[in-house]
Amino acid sequence: MWFEQVMFFVGAIGALAGAAGVVLLRNPFYSVLALVGHLFSLALLFLLLRAQFLAAAQLIVYAGAVMVLYVFVVAYVGGTDQPLGPEVAGLRKLGALFAVAVGAELCVAIIGSGLSKLDTHGAKVDAGFGTPAQIGQLLLNRFLIPFEIASYLLLIAAVGALVLARRRRGHPDAGAIEQIGHAPPLEGVR
Amino acid sequence: MSPTAWGWLILAFPLAGTLVIPLGWRVWPGRVAGYIGSLAILASFVCSVGAFITLHDRAPEARSVTSTLYDYTHTVGVNVGMSILIDPLSVFMALVVSGVSLLIHVYSVAYMDSDRGYTRFFAYMNFFVFSMLLLVLAANIVLLIVGWAFVGAASYLLISFWYRRATASAAGLKAFVMNVIGDVGLVIAAFILFKHTHSLSYAGIFGGAKETFSTNDGAIVAACLLLTVGAFAKSAQLPLHTWLPDAMEGPTPVSALIHAATMVTAGVYLIARFHVLYELAPTAADITAGLAAATLFFAATCALVVTDLKRIIAYSTMSQIGYMMLGVSTGGYDGGLFHLMTHAFFKALLFMAAGSVIAAMAGIQDINRMGGFRRAMPFTFITFTVGALALAGVPPLSGWFSKDSILGFDVHRGGYYLVLAIVGFAGALLTAFYSFRMVFRVFYGDPVPEAGSLERGELAHGEPVNPRTGEHEDTEVGFPGPEHHIAEREFSMKLAMGALALLAIGGGIVQIPGVTDWFDKFLEPVFANSKFVNDQPSTSAEWIGLVVGAGIALAGITTAFVMYLQRPGVTIALRDRFPRLHDFLEHRWYFDELYDALFVRPATTFGNFGRYVIESAFVQGTLVGGATGIVRAGAAIARGVQSGYLRAYALLLLAGVAALGLYFLLQAT
Amino acid sequence: MNVNWYLVLSAFIFAIGAAGVMTRRNPLVILLCLELMLNAGNLALIAFSRMWGNGDGQVFALVVMVVAACEVVVGLGVIVAMYRRRLNIDVDELSELRG
Repeated sequence: MWFEQVMFFVGAIGALAGAAGVVLLRNPFYSVLALVGHLFSLALLFLLLRAQFLAAAQLIVYAGAVMVLYVFVVAYVGGTDQPLGPEVAGLRKLGALFAVAVGAELCVAIIGSGLSKLDTHGAKVDAGFGTPAQIGQLLLNRFLIPFEIASYLLLIAAVGALVLARRRRGHPDAGAIEQIGHAPPLEGVR
Repeated sequence: MSPTAWGWLILAFPLAGTLVIPLGWRVWPGRVAGYIGSLAILASFVCSVGAFITLHDRAPEARSVTSTLYDYTHTVGVNVGMSILIDPLSVFMALVVSGVSLLIHVYSVAYMDSDRGYTRFFAYMNFFVFSMLLLVLAANIVLLIVGWAFVGAASYLLISFWYRRATASAAGLKAFVMNVIGDVGLVIAAFILFKHTHSLSYAGIFGGAKETFSTNDGAIVAACLLLTVGAFAKSAQLPLHTWLPDAMEGPTPVSALIHAATMVTAGVYLIARFHVLYELAPTAADITAGLAAATLFFAATCALVVTDLKRIIAYSTMSQIGYMMLGVSTGGYDGGLFHLMTHAFFKALLFMAAGSVIAAMAGIQDINRMGGFRRAMPFTFITFTVGALALAGVPPLSGWFSKDSILGFDVHRGGYYLVLAIVGFAGALLTAFYSFRMVFRVFYGDPVPEAGSLERGELAHGEPVNPRTGEHEDTEVGFPGPEHHIAEREFSMKLAMGALALLAIGGGIVQIPGVTDWFDKFLEPVFANSKFVNDQPSTSAEWIGLVVGAGIALAGITTAFVMYLQRPGVTIALRDRFPRLHDFLEHRWYFDELYDALFVRPATTFGNFGRYVIESAFVQGTLVGGATGIVRAGAAIARGVQSGYLRAYALLLLAGVAALGLYFLLQAT
Repeated sequence: MNVNWYLVLSAFIFAIGAAGVMTRRNPLVILLCLELMLNAGNLALIAFSRMWGNGDGQVFALVVMVVAACEVVVGLGVIVAMYRRRLNIDVDELSELRG
């Protein structure tokens, strides 16, 4: 038991530190790295909750693929140190205020309301809980349609990304590699 | 046919003319509109004669016939019908109105030719005649007021006939406003009478008058004074007289018809019709007579110095109507109405002849620029002189008989009325003087260039200018036409003027004291209930009055002859000797200035206050501006939410979520 | 282990993510904070799944991860397009829809 609690606190502190790092660090590259740390801590917490497959998926997909994508874009776009404060008056203070308010409300809701009635130690689960086999069973039996739709969603997102970021002919691009053999700008093509 | 059938026809023909002429205004070629208008009035005159004859066939007691077309209202005690009354007084007025109108229409057929508004003119004239006939034929006070108001409207339309002239539209407005003052008095008098006698028809009011009102009762005096206000506004007597000289801005036939023969006599008709009430309120009658005498004298003095030909004749009209008012308010109804008739003849004739002279002068009306037209315009000269002789009251023309019968009656009544009669005789002296002032200034002396060219056969063709202000005009719609028509060259003008001259000369024949009394006998049934019916002066007294009048007239003419022909320059010397008196008379005793200071300035100031302070600053600025300003401010505040910043929107989202969460939390506890 | 703790932790991470969205001006960092919020949601889902002994919560969390990946792809594509157009990489510059 004590091991679980210690691990929980390790994971929690890591997660919170990563989150704070994302928000507070000036350089966006450092923010990305903080988020990666946060994801690792979250994977640890998932393990504590007997969600092995999801912890692995988090590490491979999220921290592995998505964050790498982020790193690429940050390298391309740059984004230098920026002042943290917004220019719109009071947005910073109001933003923090409302975020705190939401957090407080959620905590009050969780702690104060009927959740205390639940068996907080969790139900008895068997050994196969959270394994890829069980997740696979669920995905292909009960949640087949959401599974298929999710794959469609991925396709749409890929196509969308292509459309958004393609280079249009004749359009001036910032920081682009010099075009080999300059194409003359076409009229009316944007 | 019965008299009332003739009566409805009398009204129907001018009404038909009013409707037919404008409907085809694009279609009538040349003078056809004038012919249609004149035919309508001719038919109306024929029907008046028919009514006269059929009425005369009845016994004198039965000579009061009413006929109702339909019930206008029939409610809580107010019973008013569209009814006309045919009795000697109304038939007499209808004959005079339709007869003189007929001759003036005939005159205008030629006179108004070449004016772009020819058709409009005859439509308005027919409308006017219809309204005047409605007024005199009405059998109840409501229809009288309707006719009264229509006549005022027609007068406004005709005075500002040349509507693009600023002076003409201002004059039309002035006439209308003063007429409205009279209308108000008339309506309030009707209320008072209705309240006491509970009837609006003449039969009801006059029948119950003697029982309802005691002599000099407050109510009846008030009602009669208000009737006087109405009559004086319409007939241009003191103090509501200032509109009449300005009304000469209208075309000359308009002045002849409305401001000489018909509309201004509506007031006289009113008092004659309501004589029963005036006899019950001697105070009101005396006040009316006093004001009439004052007007008479005032107008005669103004006519001595004014230099615009038409305005001299206008003041003469004001003065002569003073005589008529004096007559009908002191009990000399026959004299007053007789003078109404003869005055219609010779005054219309004077205006027509003046129109011919003005045409020869190419639109100029200033007698200082006229002279010596005797040889160039003989017909006009003869007719003008006939009119002037009748006006002055020279025997044996009609004016002599009529004017002096009024003054003779007042001498007979004595006391206060003798004083008024003496004023009247003084006025007669002045009348004779100024009427021949006109004759000698315009027709005698050395011929002016326009007269000289006319003798050679060329009609003067000057620049079209406003005769009052001298500003240049064009001759298109809204201004007088380019050509002028004089009597010598137009047959219809000669026809009308000749007929009126004959009537002016021989019109007195109907009432020669001691010899003929057709006029008195005809009107007798109407005034049989007057308390003066048996109090008439004797024939010899009347003849003495006539002789005195004749003497005064000849004295006046001789004075004018001496001052203008024998010793020219005397008048200018007199003017230089008494400059302040001359100015006082020339400014019409400063009545216009007085009214301007008393009424026009305060009204204008209040109007400006209303426009700039109340309307602009308060209503527009504060109320309207304030309301829209509040709405705008609110909208600006609401618009602030759309800042365009992504994070502000995100903040709003988050705030909304927090609020919802709070709500659910509170709900759950 | 008390599941409540995981839920409270998830709430904290969510609030921190929301504050980050509000506060930062670089759209990249805003997207990262969105990721934080999504992860907080995932954590809550998995905690509940453990509580009920049900696998549904984990499947839901998997789908959330898929959605997050798609959203990141599209968002980064927009940022790249912005950069290509020589626009300033600053969320406050995109304020043409004001008023």
